[in-house]
Amino acid sequence: MPKQTFVLNGRTVTVNVNDDVRVLWVLRDLLGVTGPKYGCGINVCKACTSHINGKAFNPCSVRVGDLKPKDRITTIEGLADTAPGDLHPMQQAWIDLDVAQCGYCQPGQIMAAVALVKKVRREGRDIRDSDLDRIRNICRCGTYVRIREAIEKGARAMR
Amino acid sequence: MTTDAHPHDQQLSSLDEADDPSGLRRRTFLGWVVAGATLTVAADLRLAPRAEAVVPSGPQVADLYDLEDAQTDSALPTSQLITITINTDGTASFEMPRTEVGQGIITSTAMIIAEELDLPVDKVKVTMAPARQELAFNQLTAGSNTTFSTYTPFRVAAAIARKQLVEAAAILFGTQADRLITTGGVVRDTLGNQATYGDLAIDAAKQVVEAVEVVLRGEEKFRVIGKPQSRLDARDAVTGKKKFTTDLKIPNALPTMVCRPPTHLGKPRKLTNPDAIEKMPGVTHVAQIPTGIAVRARTFGQCIDAVRAMKVQWTPGDAANESDDTILAELRAAELPMVVPQVPGLATTVETDCVFAFKSSAALEPYAAIADVRDGSAEIWAGIKSPIFAQNQVAAICGIPPTSVKVNVITGGGSFGHKLFADHIKEATEASKAMGVPVKLMWHRADEPRQGRLHPMATSRVRATVLAGEVLSFEQRHTSVLTDFEHGFGEILSNVADELPTQLGNYTLSQSVFALTQQMPYNFGVLDQLMNETVAKGDLVDERFSTGSMRNIYSPDVCTAAELTVDKLAKVAKMDPVAFRLKHLKDERVKDALRLVADKGNFGRSMPSGTAQGVAIHKEYKGCTAVLVEIDNRPATRNRDLGPETITGPRVTKVVLAVDVGLCINPRGLEAQMQGGIMDGIALTLTSSCHLENGRFQEASWDNYFYTRQWNVPFDVEVHILSPEGIDSPGGGGEAAVGSTAAAVACAYARATGQVPTVFPIQHTKPLAFKPKTFIPSVPQSPTNGLRRTY
Repeated sequence: MPKQTFVLNGRTVTVNVNDDVRVLWVLRDLLGVTGPKYGCGINVCKACTSHINGKAFNPCSVRVGDLKPKDRITTIEGLADTAPGDLHPMQQAWIDLDVAQCGYCQPGQIMAAVALVKKVRREGRDIRDSDLDRIRNICRCGTYVRIREAIEKGARAMR
Repeated sequence: MTTDAHPHDQQLSSLDEADDPSGLRRRTFLGWVVAGATLTVAADLRLAPRAEAVVPSGPQVADLYDLEDAQTDSALPTSQLITITINTDGTASFEMPRTEVGQGIITSTAMIIAEELDLPVDKVKVTMAPARQELAFNQLTAGSNTTFSTYTPFRVAAAIARKQLVEAAAILFGTQADRLITTGGVVRDTLGNQATYGDLAIDAAKQVVEAVEVVLRGEEKFRVIGKPQSRLDARDAVTGKKKFTTDLKIPNALPTMVCRPPTHLGKPRKLTNPDAIEKMPGVTHVAQIPTGIAVRARTFGQCIDAVRAMKVQWTPGDAANESDDTILAELRAAELPMVVPQVPGLATTVETDCVFAFKSSAALEPYAAIADVRDGSAEIWAGIKSPIFAQNQVAAICGIPPTSVKVNVITGGGSFGHKLFADHIKEATEASKAMGVPVKLMWHRADEPRQGRLHPMATSRVRATVLAGEVLSFEQRHTSVLTDFEHGFGEILSNVADELPTQLGNYTLSQSVFALTQQMPYNFGVLDQLMNETVAKGDLVDERFSTGSMRNIYSPDVCTAAELTVDKLAKVAKMDPVAFRLKHLKDERVKDALRLVADKGNFGRSMPSGTAQGVAIHKEYKGCTAVLVEIDNRPATRNRDLGPETITGPRVTKVVLAVDVGLCINPRGLEAQMQGGIMDGIALTLTSSCHLENGRFQEASWDNYFYTRQWNVPFDVEVHILSPEGIDSPGGGGEAAVGSTAAAVACAYARATGQVPTVFPIQHTKPLAFKPKTFIPSVPQSPTNGLRRTY
């Protein structure tokens, strides 16, 4: 069975598994990293949103064989280590505004929010309502209002 | 209705409120100290209060005695103790006989206990009790009942714990208990002596059961209840530590999925290529179970591969020839006639006729359960709101007594009605039993709307007559495909049959639930709401569809049809919708809520063409809501293009909601419930439904089933919490916002377009906005292009 190597939350990991297994299952079922959630498996609900080399991606839609050994995967479990302090500012904003209800989609929401803020910064601008409108992460509890507020608050703290 | 059998009353003397100005007797209860290594106290779940009738004339059943009373009363014959233990580290632990699925009851329960115990909220460790047969009907989480039914018993237990700790400290300090005070988990006297609850936990323990009378704190002294409290699991939720069923590491419980039939509730006959499947990478076991072919593998991804490779012969379900239009025709044929004759003369008759499509109650966490079936015993881990029902189902499948089945209740990733049923648990049990190994069974997303629980299709018709601004009659006839209540509501109602109002005598179970939940709080002359269900040909019970309630049972549909009619009546009476409602509403609390949203939302303000406001009210579960919405149906908004499979459509731009649940335990949590309910209401009226075509539900993904997404979210959402004077018990909040929001959006849409919609959601009759996913194989393959879609 092929050996798959990549960097997960700052540590190099190697797993024996076929190339075509999607990264989500490698993380969850083989490595026991369960922050990224399954909600659809077809890159629609975005509950598994994590980062690859600092950008948002959905591990349900990437073959593990397509990862390179130097690829840096960050899941919600590793997000806090990417910023100073105990928690990432976006996580803190989430707590401050008591965003989560059932919590199932929240790791994906937070990872998407951090990537979105970085993306608009790269474009040299601030978050707009139209950016928030385009976030595809679904929240079946409907805590969208607090998600929008938390992203704006988290973005201010990410400066 | 009688109240003298109620245990709350039994313990009190016959003094009424007038003879008890201090409220002391009203707040006096009996509980127990029970044997334990450290202090363990108990209260009886039967202590829940029952509200009295408040409407002086023409009450409907639900005014007098609603579903919450039925659920609460069903506990009467079984004296069931719930215990709080004080630990030597100064924390209190409590196994709650209810299920947290996101509604925040772990947090609100910790607040209730912290209040009476004088302990910081974060030192109250609330977990969920496994299935306990002896709790009978007291372990069902449904109908917005949790806080209503548990508020008093939880407080009593906490108050007894505090009392015992103080008495233990009094002995230690050599003083009188009444000279001691408690703050933050510490008992103190005026001389500087102090002891923490942890220090006292062993001293205060008892070896025998002892009855204790205790006086609850007056509401005016509350320091925790009524103050905003953030969720106790917030940090775990944002760091990925919060565990759901599929996150649990149970030894050898490998991923398991099920290949399902193309038609709704079809059944497997035979897997014709088992050898090929068993040889696939990662696969360990394949087994036929009643609902399909189960496969267990090293990863869920390999389960998906195996499901897609299966060649299965199916028996179609009983709905195989049915489509939306055949079911609608059945509903039309089953509709009950209106009984009030057309009023002669100058009276105007107003009619409303609405169709409500099938809807999926699936949460974001799909159905998932871990089962370890062994010889003579079984253990389950799952999000489940009816654990005793599940325990009985597992026992029946395994042929063992329920006491040999352990059901561990895991926090659910949402429920909305779905987790009332044990479908996932039954399947996991069947798979583990057939395979002889533990399984971690999970539904694919595509399985959920196609084979999972659906809110049934229904019609709701209203005929009302109005003369000179006065409503003479208001009749509503709700006709629905059968709603399944197998999870425990049914048993609750049969258990309290003697207590139910006599009007319910000849009703079916569903009709009883309807009558117990529906309230039209208007003075509308002859007011009459009835519900009936279709019956499948030759069947006593329609088992063609997997159904259930969905964040409310009937209310969103009934409320939408009713409130659209109220708007029509207002128009005939030449009054604005708010003034007309205020004139006819019976209940001051509902009026206060409506006045508040009309005021805060600037009702009647001038708005551009294509945009409009709408208002609606809803009264249920000992509380009420009023909602004002603004909708934008201008082409530039309605036709926003955000890419394929993205339904934009008219946008609700603003929502102002007022909620009165009586005593509010946690305003921050209640606000969250309202915000979520608003999103549900918007989806119900505008976008979310399932299309049935020849027994196949077309939806299979969150990009097919259009629950509210960020692009549908209002820019401005205000929630106002009303705290009425003199109400000292909490009502239900979990579902309160859904019906009134759905109705207000419908009313606003009608005003913005000049046409009253007749099919809900309005998106349902438009051409399918997606390409249906494959039915054979039953699940879609995961894409591989994720690295090209990073941002």
